[in-house]
Amino acid sequence: MKISAKYYVGAAVLLFGALAPLFVNSYELSLLGRFLALSILAMGIMLIWGEGGILSLGQGVFFGLGGYALALHLKLEGLNIANGDMPDFMVWSGVSSLPYFWYPFANPWFSLAAVVLIPGIVAAAFSWLVFRRRIGGVYFALITQALALAFSTLLISQQAYTGGFNGLTDYSTFDGYDITSNGAAQVIYLITFVIVAAAYFFLRWLLATRWGIMLRATRDGENRVRFLGHNPLPYKVGAFTIAGILAGIGGALFTLHAGVVSPALVGVVPSIEMVVWVALGGRNVLWGAIAGTLLVNFAKDQISSALPSLWLYGLGALFILSVSFLPAGIAGLFKPGSPEERVYRRILNRRKLETAE
Amino acid sequence: MQESAFLVGQVFNGISVASLFVLAALGLALSFGLMRVINMAHGEMLMLGGYLAYLTISIVPGPLGIIVALPVAFAGAALLGAVLEFTVIHRLSARPLDTLLATWGVSLVLQQAARNLFGAIGVQVVAPSWLNHTVSLSSGPLEGLTLPYTRLFILLVAGLVLGAIALLLNKTRLGLYVRAVNQDRPVAAAMGVNARLVDLLVFSLGTGVAGLAGVILALLGPVTPTVGQSYIVPAFLVVILGGLGSLVGTTIASLMVGLFTALIEIFVDVSVAQVLLLVFVIIFIQFRPQGVITVRSRALEG
Amino acid sequence: MTALRPPPLLQMEGVTVDFDGFKALTDVHLVLEPGQLRILIGPNGAGKSTICDTIIGRVRATSGRILFKGEIISSLPEQEIVRRGICRKFQTPGVLPTLTVMQNLLVAARKNRAWWRALTTRVPADELSSAEEILEKIGLTDRRDIIAADLAHGEKQWLEIGMVVATDADLLLLDEPTAGMGPQDTQRTADLILSLLGRHAVLVIDHDMSFVEALNGYTTVLHQGQVLKEGTVAEVRADAQVAAVYLGRAKE
Repeated sequence: MKISAKYYVGAAVLLFGALAPLFVNSYELSLLGRFLALSILAMGIMLIWGEGGILSLGQGVFFGLGGYALALHLKLEGLNIANGDMPDFMVWSGVSSLPYFWYPFANPWFSLAAVVLIPGIVAAAFSWLVFRRRIGGVYFALITQALALAFSTLLISQQAYTGGFNGLTDYSTFDGYDITSNGAAQVIYLITFVIVAAAYFFLRWLLATRWGIMLRATRDGENRVRFLGHNPLPYKVGAFTIAGILAGIGGALFTLHAGVVSPALVGVVPSIEMVVWVALGGRNVLWGAIAGTLLVNFAKDQISSALPSLWLYGLGALFILSVSFLPAGIAGLFKPGSPEERVYRRILNRRKLETAE
Repeated sequence: MQESAFLVGQVFNGISVASLFVLAALGLALSFGLMRVINMAHGEMLMLGGYLAYLTISIVPGPLGIIVALPVAFAGAALLGAVLEFTVIHRLSARPLDTLLATWGVSLVLQQAARNLFGAIGVQVVAPSWLNHTVSLSSGPLEGLTLPYTRLFILLVAGLVLGAIALLLNKTRLGLYVRAVNQDRPVAAAMGVNARLVDLLVFSLGTGVAGLAGVILALLGPVTPTVGQSYIVPAFLVVILGGLGSLVGTTIASLMVGLFTALIEIFVDVSVAQVLLLVFVIIFIQFRPQGVITVRSRALEG
Repeated sequence: MTALRPPPLLQMEGVTVDFDGFKALTDVHLVLEPGQLRILIGPNGAGKSTICDTIIGRVRATSGRILFKGEIISSLPEQEIVRRGICRKFQTPGVLPTLTVMQNLLVAARKNRAWWRALTTRVPADELSSAEEILEKIGLTDRRDIIAADLAHGEKQWLEIGMVVATDADLLLLDEPTAGMGPQDTQRTADLILSLLGRHAVLVIDHDMSFVEALNGYTTVLHQGQVLKEGTVAEVRADAQVAAVYLGRAKE
């Protein structure tokens, strides 16, 4: 009765998640909410990297686009922009009037739509431009890293429009509702939890469809797929767009939980760190992506403030060891012998250089 | 007149930045051609070169310190590179994306080690007095143009290194083997080339050259634990633009990136220049996805 | 009633391929009728694989043109060429390693290749039945749910032939389908290919003469990128010129 055991565990996790606000203190709930928001992004990395073979070192960009799309609105809440009111940091920076691109974000519904649409459109356009010229693999990873660098330096340098290094912080209400109270924190947690579950079940379905099989087929042999008459582009661009949207939603929820969005969360270093959550948890298993995210971030929370030096050595070692010795991640320990793991191990055993795609 | 001097000065700046990029990217490009892997800890080889320059100059003060520092930095970075290749990269080289992540881990460890050893703030290398001059033109059409000696020194070092590597690749047996493995690894191995050793030597050579770049970086500013990071992303872009493992391609691509950045910075600030550089790269690959130099070889098509 | 004679399935007209000065193919002419078998032989480097690469659009002809069902295809993108009805098996087995044998065949068997049609878990009944049929034909029915990476080398070759067949292309290009196989498997492969004729035209590249004799079809001999001789296997075998460049060496 293995199958029923699996469902019992799943149901218990769902129940625990849904009831957490009842028995977890507010600090821990806030951490759990934050990390669950990050796990939405991690599931997107599982989709593109594990299933699609596309390594992105720039997911922080889409995370940031979602976070800022919401934060722009939160900063405008309660301000009378028609009157010439501006967010505090703009006043301090000596900006004379609200920049044009801020205006539409005064509308909360526009802002919510932008959380999904801006990362989605940017991810689709960017990946289409690169993949259509059949640039992939290592090249794609390096270009996404350059994207993360460009995005974060731009945010920092345009201090008067973006809040610069400090980012955007100090929110009080959303569409008139107080978002700082304890009750609000519980509501935000529950929203996050529902979205995590929805993303999980959506991706489960997607990966079971023929589309999911085509994505894995493209990962396994892009040229083979092409010479069977399929165009691999829509699968790759589609997966990258979905991952971008998930990152954006994660970014917006994280911003709500943390009360801040800043370049420190979206640049080169955090972007690549996001990948290691999934590498540790298991790149081909959805729950692995969530578990890896929670594990690394709770560990970081415990270790990094007390022993920052130890944390960085540990993180470095985590990168090296997880990809060298645990290619299927923690999830692979529970269910060894997945097709991907077998192929990875075979390559590793052969120790033979293959020609890159 | 003033304007043309400014423009020429900026072009010169671009070329000297380009020569740094070429030193930083050369090892990446050569190893990428051979093994299809990118070493994310390559920036830390620059950092190591910088710290080795600092240490050497504190032991050998005076005008010759910097000259001694060059071979020391080369040897130190080459040695660390060889260890890295042997322990991490070779193991993973069949999975290039995983190699990126593992070497990033190495880069984190090296940065933290530098922080613990030398502090987070960084150390200052004082350039010897003979580099503290400038060539300035006080007359003629380029009146007002000033060229600092340090920048000329960078050009000189980059030129010598490029020349030496070109000789090595074109005139020696090792160079022949490198080209053979580049074109078709299984065939080269079947003909008796020790491809494994070629990988190791080229990787180590490349990190050594990055060590040299680190010495030069030390002349331009303080050496910090993250000094390599600020040069490595443009170096990655150089590899993308340059084409697989090509010396000429890497040089041209470095010039493109260096000049593009220097000239665009006349009009926009540094951060916007970074965005425009990325836009430029994305536009460029629309037309030449294989890079500046296209290597046509059937072995490369999977 | 004089019906217009339909155009041949494939026509290569004066195709030349120039790799930066090296002429891989020079003025190659080749005509193939529907349902026919054609064998392509020649020593290493004669340009056999380049012919396949050129037909399928992986390599572009420097001059000359390729017509398929009377229409020029030499400028179309690869997947469009496949959609017109040409499919190729590569030299090294190009199966999708983490997918099961059945999934491999179903990827190939997709009739409507639009991506949005893939957003379902349901496989149309006709695709499923044709995949089952091919599975039977290539003898992998009992390996149905095994991932392709776990197949033996010969089985991978058959799976890939099966995938090419599953696309239901009018023209199948098989590049060294018996590479790395023993004599028994080679004979099975020949039988498999012969059973495909009529419904599919097949262009086979190989240099294993026992396999070529088992197929016993119309043969084209390539040498240094040029067509040296065309005829039945027996005619080709009897040709002195062919013997000089190719068969003589094979007999040694």
